[in-house]
Amino acid sequence: MNANLPAASATEGRSSVLQHGHTLLASALDRRSFLKCALASGAVLSACDLARSLVAIPSSADPQKQDDSQFTVEAKFFQKLENKKIKCKLCPRECTVGDKERGYCGVRENHGGTYYSLVHSRVCAAHVDPIEKKPLFHYLPGTLAFSLATAGCNVNCKFCQNWDISQVRPEQVPAQYAPPSLVADLAKRNGCPTIAYTYSEPVVFSEYLMDAADAGHQAGIRSVVVSNGYIQEEALKTAYGKMDAVKIDLKAFSESYYKDVVAGELKPVLDTLVTLRKMGKWTEIVYLVVPTLNDSDAEFRGLAHWVKTNLGSDVPLHFTQFHPEYLLKNLPITPVPTLERAKAIADAEGLHYVYIGNVPGHPAENTYCPKCRRIVVERVGMMAKQMLIRKGSCPFCGQQIPGLWHA
Amino acid sequence: MNHSGTSRRDFLKKCVTGAAVLRAAGKMPLLAATEQVGATGKSRVVIARDAMLRGNGTAVDSGRVLSLLDRAMQSFFNADHPTEPWKKLVRPGDTVGLKINTLGGRGLSTNVQLVEAICERLQEAGIKAQDIIIWDRDTDEMDRVGFHTSTADNHVQCIGTDRVGYEDDLATYGKVGSRLSKILTQRTNVMINVPILKDHDGAGVTIAMKNMYGVIHNPNRCHPNGCDPYVADLNMLPAIKTKMRLTICDATTACYEGGPGFKPQYAWQENAVIVSQDPVALDYTGWQIIERKRAEKKLKTLEAAGRPPRYISTAADAQHRLGTNDPRRIEVVEVSA
Repeated sequence: MNANLPAASATEGRSSVLQHGHTLLASALDRRSFLKCALASGAVLSACDLARSLVAIPSSADPQKQDDSQFTVEAKFFQKLENKKIKCKLCPRECTVGDKERGYCGVRENHGGTYYSLVHSRVCAAHVDPIEKKPLFHYLPGTLAFSLATAGCNVNCKFCQNWDISQVRPEQVPAQYAPPSLVADLAKRNGCPTIAYTYSEPVVFSEYLMDAADAGHQAGIRSVVVSNGYIQEEALKTAYGKMDAVKIDLKAFSESYYKDVVAGELKPVLDTLVTLRKMGKWTEIVYLVVPTLNDSDAEFRGLAHWVKTNLGSDVPLHFTQFHPEYLLKNLPITPVPTLERAKAIADAEGLHYVYIGNVPGHPAENTYCPKCRRIVVERVGMMAKQMLIRKGSCPFCGQQIPGLWHA
Repeated sequence: MNHSGTSRRDFLKKCVTGAAVLRAAGKMPLLAATEQVGATGKSRVVIARDAMLRGNGTAVDSGRVLSLLDRAMQSFFNADHPTEPWKKLVRPGDTVGLKINTLGGRGLSTNVQLVEAICERLQEAGIKAQDIIIWDRDTDEMDRVGFHTSTADNHVQCIGTDRVGYEDDLATYGKVGSRLSKILTQRTNVMINVPILKDHDGAGVTIAMKNMYGVIHNPNRCHPNGCDPYVADLNMLPAIKTKMRLTICDATTACYEGGPGFKPQYAWQENAVIVSQDPVALDYTGWQIIERKRAEKKLKTLEAAGRPPRYISTAADAQHRLGTNDPRRIEVVEVSA
C-alpha cells in the first residue's frame, strides 16, 4: 500500500493520467538533468490526450461492463490442493481458497482448482508523477514516472489513503485495458524513464507488473515498485527481481501494530528488506508516523538500529506525515515536531539519509552530504529543485552519495 | 402467484430486462412480528421436511415446496392460514428484499421454486410485486441459477448489486468496514434472508449470518480467522440488523463438505426449510444438522477438522447479542409432511 500522501491521491482523475501539478524548476538543475526534465515536462500529455491514449484499446469506465476475460490470466504463485482448493503462495497470508472463491486480496479467484489473477492489464489509476512522489529520492531525481495501479491489496491499513481502489474488487471500480506494450509506449511518449507500480498494492498484480517491466525494459524504460513488502521470498525474487528500484512502506516496527492496524505481519516485511538488500536492489523505506500508534522513541530507535544493522547506513529512510483517512479519522495529523524527533533519533543512530515527508518546504526534504553536510539535492514538496551531485558524488567534498542520479 | 393467469414459474421466467425502476424505499422498519422468542421463552427454530418434496424426480415440486413453506411459517407463527404469518411479518407499502445465495451455481444455490413461493405469499399479504426485490451480489450468478433479471414495472424485481452499486461511505462495526449494497440501504425496508445450508472451507458452515457477506463490497476482507468476529460484526451493522425480519433457510439441497462451491459428492437432499427470527439459533441448529451428516459419512467434526464455526458463539456474546447459541434456550420444532 502506498504511503499516506495527502498531496495527491491515486484516484484524482482516475482512468486518465494527470499532468503533474508542478513545473520542475529547471534553472538550478545541472545541464543534463535540466534537459531531461525539460523534455519530460514538455512531453507530458494533457489528461485528455493521455486518457485518449489509454482508451484507444477497448475499455470501460463502467465497472459493470468490463470484460473480465481480457484481464484474467493464470496466477504464477499458487499450489493446488485437494477438492479443487488452492493455496496462494504469493504473500505470507497463504490464503487457502475454495473453488469460485477469492483470496483476501479480492483480485485472485479459484476457477475449478486453478488460481487466476483478475487484474492483468486492468488499470484503475494512471498518472504521470514526479518520481519524488513515490517517494524515491535517490533514484533519477527530477524525472517523471508513469505510475499505475490495479484494484486490490493484501493488507487493510486503517489509514489507507487509496482505500477506494485498494480495498475493492476489480469489478467495482472503473478500469481500462492497458496491456504491457501500451504501458511501455505511454511511458516513452510521456518522457518517463520509469514505470512505477504504485497507489494500491503491486504485490497483488505481480503477473502484470512482471510483464509490464519486461515490455518497459525492451523499450528502454525502467521499472520501480512502491510496495508494502508483504510478499513471499520466491515471488519477491521472481517479480521484484525485474524491478530497478523498490520503495517499501514499513508501517511500524511492532508486530502488534501490524496485526491491529495493518492486518499483516512485520517479520515478513523485514525479511523482504533483507532479501532486497541481498539482491542488490536500490531500496528506500517510508515510515508513516501515526500519532499515538507508532510514534514512540523506542520504536523509532529500534527501527533505525535495525535498518543500520541489517541494511546499512546508506538506505534512505523517510518519516512521513499521517493525515486522517479511511478507518482512522479520529487521530490528528502528525505534528511536525514528532517527525523531527523521529529524524533526530534515526540520525543519532547513524543513518545517513533520513527525510521528512508530506511537509512541503521542510529542510529535511533535502539530501545533505553526510560528510560535509551541504545540500546536494534541494527539493520543494515533491519536486527536485536543485541537483548538484556529480558522478554520484558530492560536488563539494567528493563523498560518494549512493543512488542512481542520472539515467 | 396471483398474476392474471401466469403460473408462479412462468411469472419469474417472463420477467424481462428493462429500465431500472426500483423504488427507493427509505422507510424505517416497522417490526410487525416478533415471534423470535416463543411461549417457552426460547428462540424458536422450525424445521419443516417433506421426504416427497421431489416426487419421483430430482427437481423440487413447486406445489409441494409451497406447502412446505406454509407449514414452516404457520408453525413458526402459530398461524392457521398460510397468509397469516406473512401479514404479521410485512405490511402493504413495505419494500421487501429477499437476499438469496447464488455463489454455488446451479447445484447449490437458493431454490427458485422456494423463492417463487415466498413471493406468492408476500403478494397475498399485500406487498406489490414491484415492491419485492430478489437479490444477491452478482446478476450473472443469479441468472445462471434461474433468477433472471427483472426490473419491469408491476413485476417482482430481480437484480444483483453489481447493477445497482454500493454506498460510497463505509459502514463500520468492530473489525468490519464495508460499503453496503444500495439494494439493502436504499431500495428495501425489510429484509428476508433466504440462504442455503452448507459447509464452508474457512468458516465451518455458511447459513444465515454469513449470507450477509453478499451484502458488502469486500467479503474477501472478512474471511481471516474462520470469519470470526467478522460475521458477527457484520450482522451488527444497523442497516442489516434493523431490516432483518426473518430467515428462511433453503435446506432442500445442502452440503456437508467441500463448500461453499458445489461438489455433488458432498451434497445431499435434506428436503427441508428452516425458519427462525434468531439467526444465531438458526445457524447453531443448521450447524448441528451438518455435523450429523458428517458423522453419518464418517467425517471428522468441524472442530476436529480445524474449522469450527466460532463466529456463531461470538454473535451470541455480550458484545453482539444477535441471538442465542445455547441449545437449552433454543426450541427446535420439527414438522413433517
